[in-house]
Amino acid sequence: MRVLEAIFLVFINPLFYKITLTAATPLIFASLGGVYSEITGVVNIALEGIMLLGAFTSVVFTWLTGNVWIGVFMAVVSGVALAWFHAWGSIKWAGNQVVLGTALILIAQGITGFLMEPIFGKPGQTDFVGKVEELRIPGLADIPFLGKIIGETSPFVYMAFAAVAFSWWLIYKTKLGLRMRSVGENPEAADTLGINVYGIRYFGVLMSGVWAGLAGAYLSVGEVGHFRELMSGGRGFIALAAMILGNYNPVGAMLASLLFGASSAFANQMQSSSLIHVSATVKPLFDMIPFILTIIVVAGFVGKSHVPKADGVPYEKEA
Amino acid sequence: MYAVEMVNIVKRFPGVLANDHVTVRVKKGEIHAIVGENGAGKSTLMNQLYGLYHPDEGEIFINGEKVVIRGPKDAIKLGIGMVHQHFMLVDTLTVAENVVLGSEPVKGLNFDMKKARQEVKELSEKYGLFVDVDAKIEDIPVGMQQRVEIIKTLYRGANIIILDEPTAVLTPQEVEELFEIMRKLKNDGKTILFISHKLHEVMEISNRITVMRLGKVTGELETSKTNPKEIARHMVGRDVVLRVSKEPHEPKDVIFEIKDLVVKDNRGLTAVNDVSFNVRKGEIVGIAGVAGNGQTELVEAITGLRKIESGHIYFEGKEVAGFTPRQLRELGMSHIPEDRLKHGLIEEFEAYYNIILGQHYRNPFANGAFLNHNNIFKYSEDLMEEFDVRPRKIDHLGGNFSGGNQQKLVVGREIRTNPKFLVVAQPTRGLDVGAIEFIHKQILKMRSLDVGILLISMELEEIFSLSDRILVMYEGEIMGEVKPEETTIEEVGLMMTGHRIEEARRG
Repeated sequence: MRVLEAIFLVFINPLFYKITLTAATPLIFASLGGVYSEITGVVNIALEGIMLLGAFTSVVFTWLTGNVWIGVFMAVVSGVALAWFHAWGSIKWAGNQVVLGTALILIAQGITGFLMEPIFGKPGQTDFVGKVEELRIPGLADIPFLGKIIGETSPFVYMAFAAVAFSWWLIYKTKLGLRMRSVGENPEAADTLGINVYGIRYFGVLMSGVWAGLAGAYLSVGEVGHFRELMSGGRGFIALAAMILGNYNPVGAMLASLLFGASSAFANQMQSSSLIHVSATVKPLFDMIPFILTIIVVAGFVGKSHVPKADGVPYEKEA
Repeated sequence: MYAVEMVNIVKRFPGVLANDHVTVRVKKGEIHAIVGENGAGKSTLMNQLYGLYHPDEGEIFINGEKVVIRGPKDAIKLGIGMVHQHFMLVDTLTVAENVVLGSEPVKGLNFDMKKARQEVKELSEKYGLFVDVDAKIEDIPVGMQQRVEIIKTLYRGANIIILDEPTAVLTPQEVEELFEIMRKLKNDGKTILFISHKLHEVMEISNRITVMRLGKVTGELETSKTNPKEIARHMVGRDVVLRVSKEPHEPKDVIFEIKDLVVKDNRGLTAVNDVSFNVRKGEIVGIAGVAGNGQTELVEAITGLRKIESGHIYFEGKEVAGFTPRQLRELGMSHIPEDRLKHGLIEEFEAYYNIILGQHYRNPFANGAFLNHNNIFKYSEDLMEEFDVRPRKIDHLGGNFSGGNQQKLVVGREIRTNPKFLVVAQPTRGLDVGAIEFIHKQILKMRSLDVGILLISMELEEIFSLSDRILVMYEGEIMGEVKPEETTIEEVGLMMTGHRIEEARRG
């Protein structure tokens, strides 16, 4: 009964919903990155690495310039740079996209780990360098309950939802979006109509660098104000699961990200509940909830969602 | 005035001369057929006109002006449209989206869906090309998909329309509808290039015909002044004569029989329709026919690679329909597949693994879960010696042998299993004269050892020189049975183009 009571209290607490949104924010950005890349036909598991590099870069440049927004911008630049390697290897050289992506994750982990000492003088974790302050929206913040959820929160949360709306428009309402979808389904057909298959795929992959870079910036300067080694902590992979569950659609990916965000928020709130005692031994079990959900999603929905037909298949022109 | 002139086009692929100084001239406003067997180089030629391939030599003129077509974009600008044999459609997009893709109407920053739908509707009504503009491609039938492809070319303002084997995927009724559309387009002043290997269709719809064979043009004909016999002669060619001497041999009991066999192709259309025949021990039964008339599906059904819809398959009198390929092999059936690279061998495997494929799981090549490499090597050396495979290196990769030697590997592997019944499909496709002779001798040797043999081939010469009886297949049905010494190539040629034996005999 105490457990049920604790669960009930979690669900009526606005903090649970606020944490859901903040936990979903990096997943929304990263899963959007996945959508851009994969609807054009390039599997991008490098998201995890791009996020990590973005988190690191934003901390470095925030520390150097004292301006967090310059840090955020540089995270995007670094994300695009790493994504470019993925595009180059998988589009130009038709490399195995999973192997390339894995290599880029390891490279990002290596670079960020290695640069800790020379830049910050110590491994592990940087000092606080500054963070993006929460934004209070007058009026909205004064509404009971709802105001506590979205009235005063990180600007990244609003940006994430704006990014979803923008992406939906771009992918489903513009000719560029139509071409992106055609290239991921049947690149040969697109080619015979004079569409630049390689160009569109480059665009998709580089955009995934933009979004995953932002996701990384949120993890560091957006949320905690410092960088910790391996701080992306598998969120890039959860974002891929959200993309699959969301059927490669920006709105679907957002909803799936919110579901994963809610599972994190739930684990977080249950652990701090005063009604039940969560021992240190049991705590990892709660932390596993989003990952267990990921397995269920991937196993249960992979066959049911429509995977772009040419996803993961390099396009090679004949003679 | 010619709409299209392709002059002395040469196109080489590694090891293949696909187009050998080909010249085609197409008059404005005519339906010009390009006919030839599969592999004659028709599609290669058309892909060069559409900019997908680039000629190694030769010139292209459109409406009298010399042009260089670097890609489909250039072709579209010149007013050329192509409907590919395999449709170039995006399954998950709608009909309207597919039509406008690449030349989308826009309204500000947005893609103008309303205008796209309206324009597609107008084109569809103008030419009687009925389509559902809002349906997704994956939900509409093949005939409608083809109409979408034609609308795609018209939307881009094509005046020269290439239709690459457009009837291959259609039902007879859909073919009639397509011809109706083609006539409408012609009356509207469009020039149409119609690629086909079905002679009655060519006779019905075209004004002029260019015949190709093995990458060369073998005839330019006015449809009104020719007949299927003459086209077939150009298509099949008479210059290649190759006949190995065949000893008389008395066939024994029936080893293999099929009754009322019905098989569907990958698209769910009936490919083999109510076919019955038998093969006796020590006899070669040849199946002649133009490619794509159900032979592939027939072979796949017989060898257990494709499920049958109805009918019976008997091996030594025992029903074997539904048996797996391994079960059939254990009974004594061997199969030399038509595509040696796809089904015959594994290019990345060494010769010795390719040689034991199909027997890899049993003695003497395996003990339980483990391969016995000593036995495998020994057997491979013997086999390569016996079948004169060159280079004689058992660790040479399958893909690194020449075509003829790859075929010898496959033939050797299948013959060495001492089969009772051998299915041989296209055994000499793409091989040189020496390899052809060797393989023909091996097949005749099996016959003298009282093996029953079913030979499927597009090469009439091969059918005539090897077979004891010839069955002619057309659109999934057997047109008749003849003996090589009692028939002529002309008669079989007519049956290959859809005439039953009685009609063919009348001439």
